[in-house]
Amino acid sequence: MRALAALFARELRLANRAGGGGAMGVVFFLILVTIVPFAIGPDLNLLARIGPAILWIAALLSTLLGLDRLFLSDHEDGSLDLLEMADTPLELVVLVKCLAHWAVTGLPLVLAAPLFGVMLAVEGDALWGVTASLAVGTPALTFIGAIGAALTVSLRRGGLLMAILVLPFTVPALIFGVSAASAASGGTVPFLTPFLILCALSLASMALAPFAAAAALRSGG
Amino acid sequence: MVFHPQLSLQAHDLALARGGRRLAQGLSFTLKGGEALLVTGPNGAGKSTLLRVLAGLLAPASGALSLEGAGVEAPGLAAHYLGHAEALKGALTAQENLEFWSAMLKMGDPGLDPQAALVRVALSHAPDIPVSYLSAGQRRRVGIARLLVAPRPLWLLDEPTTALDAASQARLAALMKEHLALGGLIVAATHGDLGLPARELRLGAAP
Repeated sequence: MRALAALFARELRLANRAGGGGAMGVVFFLILVTIVPFAIGPDLNLLARIGPAILWIAALLSTLLGLDRLFLSDHEDGSLDLLEMADTPLELVVLVKCLAHWAVTGLPLVLAAPLFGVMLAVEGDALWGVTASLAVGTPALTFIGAIGAALTVSLRRGGLLMAILVLPFTVPALIFGVSAASAASGGTVPFLTPFLILCALSLASMALAPFAAAAALRSGG
Repeated sequence: MVFHPQLSLQAHDLALARGGRRLAQGLSFTLKGGEALLVTGPNGAGKSTLLRVLAGLLAPASGALSLEGAGVEAPGLAAHYLGHAEALKGALTAQENLEFWSAMLKMGDPGLDPQAALVRVALSHAPDIPVSYLSAGQRRRVGIARLLVAPRPLWLLDEPTTALDAASQARLAALMKEHLALGGLIVAATHGDLGLPARELRLGAAP
């Protein structure tokens, strides 16, 4: 337990130090959300309708942006070898690394979503709906991405391959995330139906991904 | 603190392969507490591969490995591995790096605290400097200090003297002798002389 706490603290510290890239995800999120209204034009009704979708796409892309470094930096400097040799099972190491990664990249997106949503004319119930759906849905993106990051860890330019591998598997989270956000502002589907499926996707990926990623890391030797 | 008196590392008919290519076969040895094994041989003979197999990072092509007296399933879980990369984070200070590895790799016995370990590698002035500002030899010495903050009975050292100056090599030799005196085991891959009384395992030329 002490070892896992030390690992979590180290991940947070690394993200906040120079070159850690902790703020990169949220800045990228801001960039995407800012340029969309310029591209689409000042039609507030249109923006409000597609706003939740844009927020979700931006969250997906900014999560993917930092994910390739999740295991790669530890692989490059030899830390991954030592983490495999620790008493702590590698599955738990992966779980803690993912949680720390989400706390650094996913959580800021969730906190920023109400602010950035206003820029897309998303208001009222829809704003809280999209924030809630991001809060429960972004862990799924991180954990599914971790499998891709672990599979491509020994490749020199694995980032692109990782994105291609991972994107299809994030589509369900995207679909149910956006439909939960839209359902919050009215419509025929009750909010809880897609929201609970989204929760299930996150929980299932949280339970399964550490095993898959750890297996991939071990065979990467 | 002294390691278990019945500590012994046994390799039986080990065969090594890397990328589908057979590097060595029929390796058998027994290493008892307080003994060191030097693995020598030309480039590409499988020295690093042998160490990674002992560390549990690679599977042997065939054969069996066991470490008795350490209370672990696989030798790697009671081993320290000092490879070509020192496993240090450039953005963290030497102290922070050592604190992390101490928490992660400790097996029960409290080792030296990071400050004391840095004194042993003559880096007592550098605990608060980010590791990325240290020279290659100094990073190596922080890597060696890691062996002291979390005591583990088996040391697997891959070219441990790389980038070290003469004084640091002498300090490393003294640390290794201390480890052996406590009943620990060392397997080191090297081209040079480590200044240790040790048996030698010579791996053949790459085919």
